[in-house]
Amino acid sequence: MTLLEFARGPGMYWALIICVAGVVWRLSGILLLRWPTDHSEPRHTANWLGALVLIVKRSWPHREFLSRTAFGSTMSYVFHIGFLVVLLGFVPHILFIHGLTGLRWPGLPNGLIYATGAVTLAAMVVLLVRRITHPVLRLLSNFDDYFSWLVTAAPIVTGLLTAAHYGAPYQVLLGIHILTVEVFLIWLPFGKLMHMGLVFVSRATTGALFRRKGAAL
Amino acid sequence: MSHEPTIGELLKQRGVSRRAFLKFCAATASLMALPPSMAAQIAETLVKKRRPSVIYLSFQECTGCLESLSRSHQPRLETLLFDVISLDYDDTLQAAAGSAAERARDEAMRANYGKYILMIDGSVPSGAGGAYCTAAGKSALDSVREAAKGAAAIVCVGTCSSFGGIPYARPNPTGAMPISEIVHDRPIINVSGCPPIPAVITGTLVQFLTLGKIPQLDALHRPVAFYGTTIHDRCYRRPFYDRGKFARTFDDEGARRGWCLYELGCKGPTTYNACATVKWNDGTSFPIQSGHGCFGCAEPNFWDNGDFYSPLSTATGGWNVGATLGGAAGAGLVIGAVAAAESRRRRKKTTEDKTS
Repeated sequence: MTLLEFARGPGMYWALIICVAGVVWRLSGILLLRWPTDHSEPRHTANWLGALVLIVKRSWPHREFLSRTAFGSTMSYVFHIGFLVVLLGFVPHILFIHGLTGLRWPGLPNGLIYATGAVTLAAMVVLLVRRITHPVLRLLSNFDDYFSWLVTAAPIVTGLLTAAHYGAPYQVLLGIHILTVEVFLIWLPFGKLMHMGLVFVSRATTGALFRRKGAAL
Repeated sequence: MSHEPTIGELLKQRGVSRRAFLKFCAATASLMALPPSMAAQIAETLVKKRRPSVIYLSFQECTGCLESLSRSHQPRLETLLFDVISLDYDDTLQAAAGSAAERARDEAMRANYGKYILMIDGSVPSGAGGAYCTAAGKSALDSVREAAKGAAAIVCVGTCSSFGGIPYARPNPTGAMPISEIVHDRPIINVSGCPPIPAVITGTLVQFLTLGKIPQLDALHRPVAFYGTTIHDRCYRRPFYDRGKFARTFDDEGARRGWCLYELGCKGPTTYNACATVKWNDGTSFPIQSGHGCFGCAEPNFWDNGDFYSPLSTATGGWNVGATLGGAAGAGLVIGAVAAAESRRRRKKTTEDKTS
């Protein structure tokens, strides 16, 4: 069995099983916890509105800290949006998702995808350098942060190398690229990458609670 | 001792003009992507050489490779057979049969021991003691081992002899093996393809004769001159791939406009061959040009590498996605529920401990 055969076959099969089972475990483990009974009289009833408002508002830097957080936030946005464009705009990726879910949408020209991939990677490198050089960020960082960065950057690097057909035969590069995606999928539920789902859960919970208590959002 | 004529002397005897011979050399240089100025050098090298003896053995195959070789246009097969090589044994092409043919082969092998080129098409069955393929009471496995001993080089013609091919595909009922798994002490040149491009077969032979040594090979022992780039890299539909324009069915607007066939399962990106440049039928066309995606037939295990009509980026294995991932989600839900229940129990116990 070649590397590409393994990556497209059993590798992808087990990576998806681990990813789906892990994500559902993490989410259900939190959502099925018993919420403490709140005996106070609610100030508002439509708590879902508070949940939505906080999800949106917390996605932007707070005005008071703007000067200090603008650079990090901008780079984070560049990286996250770039990652999504590459993930959801490249036709081979769309075909992969289509094969699993039956869903599809129009793709973007490859040139745009390659350029976005390069910008995304550059933003990630900047964020890593900032994490390493910033005294507070460095203290706050642990293995999870660096490993999550690595497994996120690896598919972009290998994807660009595959597109450029650089360093090895194409099927080897493609096999390595798919394997790095599988490592990403396997690590997703168990590390900080899970923030891609939990960020909405935590903000929505806080927003709903604030709304109920009548706190300013 | 009889004088064995050189290729130059032979051409002179046959009345082949220098102009015709130079034309052949120019075509060969072009095939090998060499500058036209190299044609004269090829001609000079070839005329001084003696025609090498070639033994051609066929095993588990469909004769498609030989059919392909017989349709070679540049260099033409008859040019190759009569002017450049001495085909001393080929049970499909030769007039002799039975013990006469076997005798001819044994004599040629004895007379040219250590110097002949062994060409093989078809994989070799190893199951049932090699009984699935025998000729003159000798198994294919024994024939290969015996013929390989005195060969200067082995040229595997087609994917079956190069990588096992279709007989090697799961479940491989005959225990088919490629030549590289049987012979380990002789240089092997794989000219893969199902079948290989005729000009690539003849071009490889001429390249070997001209250079006088094994040409530069890739990791799979294929001549880099012909297998150096992927079909995708040289495909005339590549600009459509780059622009994200794909045919989704074989008769939609995209297919009619000649857009990329990646979505229809084309294996061009992972297949190294000269189809997109040398093409078939004297440079007329190749599968992608006629509207069908590449099968990847020049690569190992092409028959088992997933659905021919599924894009390369999709998962293989034919598993039921809904049931499998639904089951995984269910398992995750059970684990999550158990974890949450345990957390509730601990919290309750902590509260009780605090209040008591």
